Amino acid sequence: MIEIRNLTRKFDQVVAVDDLSFEVREGEVLGFLGPNGAGKSTTMKVITGFLAPSAGSVTIDGFDIGSKPLEAKALIGYLPEGAPCYGDMTTLQFLRFIARIRGFRGEEAERRIAGVMRDVALEAVTHQTIETLSKGFKRRVGLAQAILHDPKVLILDEPTDGLDPNQKNQVRELIRNLARDKIVVVSTHILEEVTAVCTRAIIIDEGRIVADGTPAELEARSRYHHAVEVRLSGELDLAQELQGVAEVAGVEQDRLDQASFTILSAGKPIFARVSELAQQRQWPVEEFHVRRGQLEDVFRSVTEAAQQQEAA
Amino acid sequence: MQNLGIIFRRELMGYFATPLAYVFIVIFLITNGIFTFELGGFYARGQADLIPFFGFHPWLYLFMVPAIAMALWADERKTGTIELLLTLPVKLADAVLGKFLAAWALTGIALLLTFPIWITVNYLGDPDNGVIVASYIGSWFMAGAYLAIGSCMSACTRNSVIAFILTVSICFLFVIMGSPILLGAFPDWTPQVIVDAVAALGFLTHFDSISKGVLDIRDVLYFSVFIAIWLLASAIVIEIKKAN
Repeated sequence: MIEIRNLTRKFDQVVAVDDLSFEVREGEVLGFLGPNGAGKSTTMKVITGFLAPSAGSVTIDGFDIGSKPLEAKALIGYLPEGAPCYGDMTTLQFLRFIARIRGFRGEEAERRIAGVMRDVALEAVTHQTIETLSKGFKRRVGLAQAILHDPKVLILDEPTDGLDPNQKNQVRELIRNLARDKIVVVSTHILEEVTAVCTRAIIIDEGRIVADGTPAELEARSRYHHAVEVRLSGELDLAQELQGVAEVAGVEQDRLDQASFTILSAGKPIFARVSELAQQRQWPVEEFHVRRGQLEDVFRSVTEAAQQQEAA
Repeated sequence: MQNLGIIFRRELMGYFATPLAYVFIVIFLITNGIFTFELGGFYARGQADLIPFFGFHPWLYLFMVPAIAMALWADERKTGTIELLLTLPVKLADAVLGKFLAAWALTGIALLLTFPIWITVNYLGDPDNGVIVASYIGSWFMAGAYLAIGSCMSACTRNSVIAFILTVSICFLFVIMGSPILLGAFPDWTPQVIVDAVAALGFLTHFDSISKGVLDIRDVLYFSVFIAIWLLASAIVIEIKKAN
């Protein structure tokens, strides 16, 4: 379990992480979200022991990262931002170096190296020096070193950044396959990634938690949760039509496509009610579907709200 | 201890994986040759010893050694690999020492490759080979002192050029501390104790006797303690950077 207690990290006068507290348990894949500069990377650097906290504590399975750094670090696999690797080494040399540092020798080391090279598809560049590799390959070398010792805790700072869509999918698949008894913390600003791999998402902004829940819970906080999207083929004043329907909170017209409308729910599913109305009143409906709550909306609303508060 | 060896090997391999080691060694050998034969009057002296060879080492190291040391930590910071290294289960002491020892080994290799001059002097005359061995060891220890300063300066910045300039400056200070250049600058009324103390801290004071073949244990101890202090300072700088 990762326990973060009242973590604060300052750079000179700038507070990057502000009194952050949360826990991550076995089996959780935590998506760490936030706008650029929100403190995601800083938090990860403190968790992994690269930066010391200004205040507060981080413990990994009971080992404090400050007072028992070696024990804590042995449990962690970490992909730092930008996936730095020693460019002058070949992929194989680099992974051998990591394997030795992680305490593996001989056959065991070779077996593990072969295993991770297969997992992240690095076989093609085994003997290539890392600095000559493409961005995607470099990122995967970074991933390979992070998972080589089958760590209990995996901290990945933007693992899919710079990968093409296929590679992104592979990495997500990899994270999903890892998860079961592990703790995974993934920072990202790709929101679909959270829905795809995470069991829990924390949104931080200006170093503070502004939302914490399962992706589904967060989606439910979207104003578009349960909303119904309608595209009309003829003239109709939808707002007028829906006036007085208790379940409906409002109607929004699409700014680009004038014929499209979003009917907002007051909290409950409204699809059945709206479709009933459409049939009764014979609306000229061309398309009709439920819109899912988007993490984007929640993200935008919580991070913007925090910024507005700051401004006020 | 195991990790120290692993880091040492990686670093040393890194030097030879790039042209750095080869360029360093070749330039080191060429400049050594120029200094010894042209400026040192190796032949003209008509003596079978390596005093002109070793005598130039403090000045040669002044530019060559910081060139190696500047990358030690600054490059790790620049490329971000420091984040990888310091989040691996490795003691900071192992990392600092492993990196230092690898760079020190490289200067040792370069120094060993000057062996043709030793063969030459043996071919031409009958030198005291014990003296020469002692001088080699002393010279290598002095190179270590330059490197240790460089390690600390390199830990201070992410810019290796700045690290280079700082290292050269500080090394220069320690070189001239024992030389008449600096000692002569003290006003006459300065107590002799202070002048002696400053001189005792300088490289030249300790290296002069070494280059003449007197390998006093106190001189070796001086360089060893000097190295230890600057490596400790490197570790402290890295720790401080963690918190700032």
